[in-house]
Amino acid sequence: MKQLQDLARKLLSDGTVNVVIGYEAGPRGIRPAFITSPEQADKLVFNIHCVQNLATYLNPRRKQITQLGKVAVVVKGCDARAVAGMIREKQVERGNVVILAMRCGGVLESSGTDSELTADTVSVRCAGCTDREPKLFDHILGELPPEPPVNTRRSDQIAALEKMTAVERWNYWTEQLSRCIRCHACREACPMCFCVKCTAEKTQPQWIDPSATPRANRAWQTMRVLHQAGRCVDCLECERACPEHIPLGMLARYVADAVEKRFDYVACEDPSQAAPFGAFSPSDDEEFIR
Amino acid sequence: MSSKVVEETVSSWSPKVLAFVCNWCTYTGADLAGTSRLKMDPNVRVIKLPCSSRVNPLFIIKAFERGADGVIVSGCHTGDCHYSTGNFHARRRFAILHDLLHFMGVDADRVTFAWVSASEGNKWQQVVNETTERVKQLGPFGGFGKREGGGPQ
Repeated sequence: MKQLQDLARKLLSDGTVNVVIGYEAGPRGIRPAFITSPEQADKLVFNIHCVQNLATYLNPRRKQITQLGKVAVVVKGCDARAVAGMIREKQVERGNVVILAMRCGGVLESSGTDSELTADTVSVRCAGCTDREPKLFDHILGELPPEPPVNTRRSDQIAALEKMTAVERWNYWTEQLSRCIRCHACREACPMCFCVKCTAEKTQPQWIDPSATPRANRAWQTMRVLHQAGRCVDCLECERACPEHIPLGMLARYVADAVEKRFDYVACEDPSQAAPFGAFSPSDDEEFIR
Repeated sequence: MSSKVVEETVSSWSPKVLAFVCNWCTYTGADLAGTSRLKMDPNVRVIKLPCSSRVNPLFIIKAFERGADGVIVSGCHTGDCHYSTGNFHARRRFAILHDLLHFMGVDADRVTFAWVSASEGNKWQQVVNETTERVKQLGPFGGFGKREGGGPQ
């Protein structure tokens, strides 16, 4: 933690960056912090409560942050994948962002709830994580903590749904999605959702009905997940941001697994790797085509 | 209209199937099927697009929302695309759409993906008849179409 604070202080005082986006302790748990002066650098913390993906704040449309100047961002391995995705899709220039990567031993499902990582409290995204030691960074900090407790909650959930009949799955999703209030927090929290104009806001033609009805909610989530196919970094910000606790991460995970199975592609920390939907292979599987 | 006629219309439900076809192969193939006077179920409404890669997954969602019971998406065989690689790209998208619809509970039999070339009038007839038959078995798709949800059947 001291290492992070010292580095942030140095970067801010020698003018390398104008703002450090990191984590601070707030009244209701860990929250994102925007540190603009060296004196404030003591506020920075990093622990198992740091669940947020701060890469979202690199979105060039977030003018209130870009106007501050050059940015340094504190990332975990999963967040580094998001930064890589944004560099890959030309939203962020590699030279314009200083990546402060933290070695990570897993985070909690939600910030401020529990004090230690157990199989029940650890985030489902930490299951089988291969990026505990981030590979995309300017500065890598901290000691590598022990591996997070094993949890299979997400894969169990997906396997249980797979076992159901189509009608049961339909009813399951109708029930889940009927709670959606169309606040679009899933989109706003997502580091990979940065279109200038979202399809959900287009009115001519109106592809997605803006009303919060099961029909429209299903269309909205289907579209959102499809747009994330091959791009989703599995940071689960959508699910965490959802005020109705809809298991959106499950849809994202399922699609990511399908992309991996079919195209042997995993969203990774290498910005130069082409995304699966910008490319194709003549030998792609077409067993579903008649 | 007397109530008797209305009742009869309801009981003799037949599926509405929407087909998104490419201009260069499947549309010409469907045309061939027509000029060859092949017998096909009259349930399919064809929408002609420049290429199968023009099919946005939203088209299919919208089709279901607006009352389609089944959807056909068809284009040139891979390697035969008028635009060289359009259907290769489309195939990747369809694969993921196919998987996601399955996971969200839409019966895979409601969406048919097919490659039909300009000379395959017979294959088009087969695709149309088989899809209509499968959708008939499944019954009306009230799901997407109902504002308040409704079931998949």
